[in-house]
Amino acid sequence: MRATYLSSIYLALGIFSSVAILGCGSSGTTSSPASQVSNQVSNVQPIAVNQGPASNYVDGAFTSVTICVPGSTTSCQTIGGILVDTGSSGLRILSSALTVSLPQQIDAGGHAISECAAFADGVTWGPVQKADVKMAGEVASSLPVQVIGASNFSTIPTACTAQGAPEDDLGSLGANGLLGIGQAVQDCGLSCSESGFVQNTYFSCPASGCIAITQSLAQQVQNPVASFATDNNGVIVELPTVSGSEATVNGSLIFGIGTQSNNGLGGATVFGTDPFGDFTTTYKAVLYQSFLDSGSNGIYFLNTSVTALPVCTDLTFLYCPTAAQTINVVNTAQPGTNGATAPASFIAGNGDALVKTSNNAAVSDLTGPQPGNFDFGLPFFFGRNVYLGITGKSTPAGTGPFTAY
Amino acid sequence: MKLQLKLAMEMCLVAFTCCLTAHASLGGDMASVHNDQAKLQGTLQTTNKSSYDVHEIQGTSGVVVREYVSRSGAVFGVSWQGRTHPDLRLVLGSSYDQYIQEVQAQRAQRHGHGPLLIQTPGLVVQTGGHMGALTGKAFIPQNLPAGVRPEDIQ
Repeated sequence: MRATYLSSIYLALGIFSSVAILGCGSSGTTSSPASQVSNQVSNVQPIAVNQGPASNYVDGAFTSVTICVPGSTTSCQTIGGILVDTGSSGLRILSSALTVSLPQQIDAGGHAISECAAFADGVTWGPVQKADVKMAGEVASSLPVQVIGASNFSTIPTACTAQGAPEDDLGSLGANGLLGIGQAVQDCGLSCSESGFVQNTYFSCPASGCIAITQSLAQQVQNPVASFATDNNGVIVELPTVSGSEATVNGSLIFGIGTQSNNGLGGATVFGTDPFGDFTTTYKAVLYQSFLDSGSNGIYFLNTSVTALPVCTDLTFLYCPTAAQTINVVNTAQPGTNGATAPASFIAGNGDALVKTSNNAAVSDLTGPQPGNFDFGLPFFFGRNVYLGITGKSTPAGTGPFTAY
Repeated sequence: MKLQLKLAMEMCLVAFTCCLTAHASLGGDMASVHNDQAKLQGTLQTTNKSSYDVHEIQGTSGVVVREYVSRSGAVFGVSWQGRTHPDLRLVLGSSYDQYIQEVQAQRAQRHGHGPLLIQTPGLVVQTGGHMGALTGKAFIPQNLPAGVRPEDIQ
């Protein structure tokens, strides 16, 4: 079954993956990426692991984003408490946190376009609007973003709630928005732009009710980094080591890979991934699908029957071994990419004890179950510089998609 | 009049039976598997195991749904994998409302985003993955055939 899934990805990637990684420097007279320009801009965006705007988050990295009405330098707003999410693509902002009025995206018939975005634990629903998105010295101009929980889109189509429970307010989202900076450029891609089967992702919303539609790639909600004028080939998430737990820790989100003096790969191992950032992990001699996801607040993997780690009695979505255990795995590039492989280890601590004995927001050893694969969430980022190369973008390590640490 | 009433009642019963079946998957029967196949516009491939069959529906939406059917014809488990989650009302059947309620209840004690594990005496649901590559599975613990483990549903 996994083989079927993988083979469909190979077909989709096809020729691309065979030349993607390690294919740089093959044209022109210089090996410098095209995005390396002389007039460099600030590419360092501060991030912090704290309790977030709902004052209850554990293991979430938050940042601020400035959004402006496209072309305006005065109709702007800086919104804090935005969750940094390497597991998705696109900027999504809670309506309740938004004070500027952004232009609504419409279809050919003049009807507003809205989106249903599916995540592991729920869905976000709301209109697609356009904004200039600014972080550090970088700008993504006229970028389609999603506004979540907008009052004039309060009726969620049943085709959307069919995909999960809505996360449409601060209580359910735990953040003022999501900054999706994964490997994918668009949040849906060709599945939503081709007319063979209309996905329940983008909707046209006349007064009579919302209907699922296709949405062109350019009009889809997308990774702001890929739209920057410079430093647009990927990101680095830098967070310090956390010993046990700490109230808060500060780090950086660096834009670009190998485009400036502060974003080289150094000694990082580069793992080729599929277009969504998936690679593989071997644990106890079995191969599983895996991904690096700063938007998951723990390292979630497999089930008790495989790991022998009991789930907690109170926080039943976490593992609770009586004594902390070191978990050893081997990470390997997605088959058909660059073949990189390297061991990694992390610690599974007692989830109930780690979360309930303090109000600390940065917790190092949080783990839990997840069906059939490895979700290397935020604790894996502590003490590692994690690189994400965007699909189709050139870097000194080859063309994305890839991940590296 | 009497005949008309009887006919109306029969039609009502037929409609009722039809719709119960149409909306049942987890906890349903083979008819519900075929109904799901039709609704998901998918192709069906069946694999025989020693005590159950796995019916894999490859839907045009790019989501693969597998339904686990016991020798007595009951759907005791479902799983999925794809770009998004499938229509969970269809796949979870009558367990959908309970699933949504349990998710919302868990959020109250949850301190952030991550995969879900819902465990109640009559229903286990797990969802995971990330945008573009989502997974999930659900089963009714007491309906697992003898010797079948939860991890066999994948």
